Amino acid sequence: MTQKNMVQAINEALRLEMQRDGRVVVLGEDVGKVGGVFRVTQGLWDEFGDDRVIDTPLNEAGIIGTAIGMAAYGMRPVPEIQFADFIYPAFDQIVSEAAKYRYRSGGEYTCPMVIRTPYGGGIKGGAYHSQSPEALFIHTAGLKVVCPSNPYDAKGLLAAAIQDDDPVLFFEPKRVYRAVKMDVPDEAYTLPLGEAKVVRPGEDVTVVAWGAMLYEALSAAETVEAQGISCEVVDLRTLWPLDLESIVRSVEKTGRIVVVHEAPKACGFGAEILQLVTEQSFLHFQAPPARVTGWDTPFPYTLENEYLPLAHRIVPQLIATANY
Amino acid sequence: MGSLETTASAQVPGEQLERMYRSMLQIRRLEEEAARAYVQGKIGGFLHLYIGQEAIAVGTEAALRKTDWVITTYRDHGFALTRGTSSRAVMAELFGKDAGCSRGLGGSMHMFDAENRFLGGHGIVGGHCALGSGVAFRSKYLKTDEVTVCFFGDGATNIGGFHEGLSLAGLWKLPIVFVCENNLYSMGTPLDRTLPARDLTDKAPGYSMARDRFDGHDAVVVQAHMSEAIERARRGEGPTLIEILTYRFRGHSMSDPGKYRTSEEVEERKAKNDPVRVGRERLSNAGFSEAAIAAIDAQVEEEVQDALKFADEAAPALESSMREFVLAGGEL
Ligand SMILES: Cc1ncc(C[n+]2csc(CCOP(=O)(O)OP(=O)(O)O)c2C)c(N)n1
Ligand SMILES: [Mg+2]
Repeated sequence: MTQKNMVQAINEALRLEMQRDGRVVVLGEDVGKVGGVFRVTQGLWDEFGDDRVIDTPLNEAGIIGTAIGMAAYGMRPVPEIQFADFIYPAFDQIVSEAAKYRYRSGGEYTCPMVIRTPYGGGIKGGAYHSQSPEALFIHTAGLKVVCPSNPYDAKGLLAAAIQDDDPVLFFEPKRVYRAVKMDVPDEAYTLPLGEAKVVRPGEDVTVVAWGAMLYEALSAAETVEAQGISCEVVDLRTLWPLDLESIVRSVEKTGRIVVVHEAPKACGFGAEILQLVTEQSFLHFQAPPARVTGWDTPFPYTLENEYLPLAHRIVPQLIATANY
Repeated sequence: MGSLETTASAQVPGEQLERMYRSMLQIRRLEEEAARAYVQGKIGGFLHLYIGQEAIAVGTEAALRKTDWVITTYRDHGFALTRGTSSRAVMAELFGKDAGCSRGLGGSMHMFDAENRFLGGHGIVGGHCALGSGVAFRSKYLKTDEVTVCFFGDGATNIGGFHEGLSLAGLWKLPIVFVCENNLYSMGTPLDRTLPARDLTDKAPGYSMARDRFDGHDAVVVQAHMSEAIERARRGEGPTLIEILTYRFRGHSMSDPGKYRTSEEVEERKAKNDPVRVGRERLSNAGFSEAAIAAIDAQVEEEVQDALKFADEAAPALESSMREFVLAGGEL
């Protein structure tokens, strides 16, 4: 057991999976010699060489398309998209090809690949280095979507995603990459996809979050505790398939729910979560289901603290929901 | 190529050389100060410097009319300045201020200046190549003789957006010049790891385009070559794909430690092919005294320091702008 940040934990998961399974390869822009823009793949090229840690040209559709071909015919590629904001040139490959491989071949072929990509704000990256596009992929049937909030989960979930037989979008909160350190086992382990985790038990309000915003939710929960409001914070970990059961269990206890996400509000994943919970737990509600999210605008350059649903914006919503 | 270079230098009047030198120095000094401000935390996010490549923007501008159009990548400060955006507006944009050329909403990678026909500042690699074709289409549609010049890096020639832009321009013989600024690296990855061809203009015949390939550290040479392609487009003879060999003296962006190339390599390129130094030598050779050159330096310095002070003191981007510019009609 050693203290690791998320970059180190993901790096270790990749290395262990590559050692375990010769079908696993890593490909993407600058992932080889340079070790990736965030250094997540550092050292892999030295250990596994050009054949398995592949520097690609700058062409996202090519990277993802090639990975799909590899995956369909027996390999386990783990392509990296440098920033989630650059995934759109490959959107067609993901939505039209990867997501529908199993379905349109009647189960003959699958597409076991993991697209790793850093997402979210917090580095003043402006419009193209900050977005949170998870909802677009959740909306696309045939994909799994994972978003860890800490190093331990990241390592176990990535290993599970690589071993999974379906295409997985693996969103890494770049704001958390080096900001959080914790004990992470050195050996290989997996954590099951599709299981949320209650990271702070409470009685009055259920708060659902994932990735970087989990920390804002926790900090807001801490703040309102002093005012006698007890929040139960649920870290989704896997966004799709959604662990609705865990959310419902919590909401039927608290009677109140607030979802927090960085992505814009309109058609954000929060809308889907709240509707699914409403369908099951309507009669338990003691307050209207609520969201604290990014604004329905492009991601701004200098105004990111105004844009992000940081704790100071979550707190008033928790109070309003608790006192409804 | 040789003949072009000699005729070019023979004909350049002193005031033209002065303009070029001044403009290159302005880019150089403004960016050096921006780099310092970045380290001080006054500029956030990403800052891609143009230092080392200045002769390309400056030589191209000398070949353009004010009514022509320029569109480029995130490495865009130099182009904003050559098109005519003020140092103040560029620096204020870097600082994320409301007085910036994009109201502080764009930052380093998204400079725009409609008045000067500068179409930006594009952060998605390859995304703007077809946009350039669209601008050229408009010029042709309106039967103007305006020309569009579209810049991108060597890395960009691998992405679909680049090819799709060229495909349409070639097919419709649009008045556009596509310019690849080949600085030998796509972020941290050298060209030979990502590109099987050595001559990027090999891609031109596939789209039935003219081609040119030359060294880009001398603004006078750049102007001569660019004029040929620009005038070809203006005459309605279709697009050209140009590869300009260049080198960036700094990292890909400020957050790049640049471990993928040796400092000897960088120093050698600086010593051999520094556009600002070449521009200064041209001035000397044309008879400008040391004092005359020093006077230009002082004026540029004054302008850059003024821009820095202005940007520092200007009001931050407005929270209302964030919503005002999403859709027509203002506030959401
Ligand atoms: C579609 C897309 N993919 C990846 C990136 C990240 N990225 C920004 S610049 C760059 C390298 C581009 O190199 P090149 O085209 O040679 O231009 P240069 O930076 O050298 O001027 C990369 C990979 C991006 N901005 N857009
Ligand atoms: Mg380059």
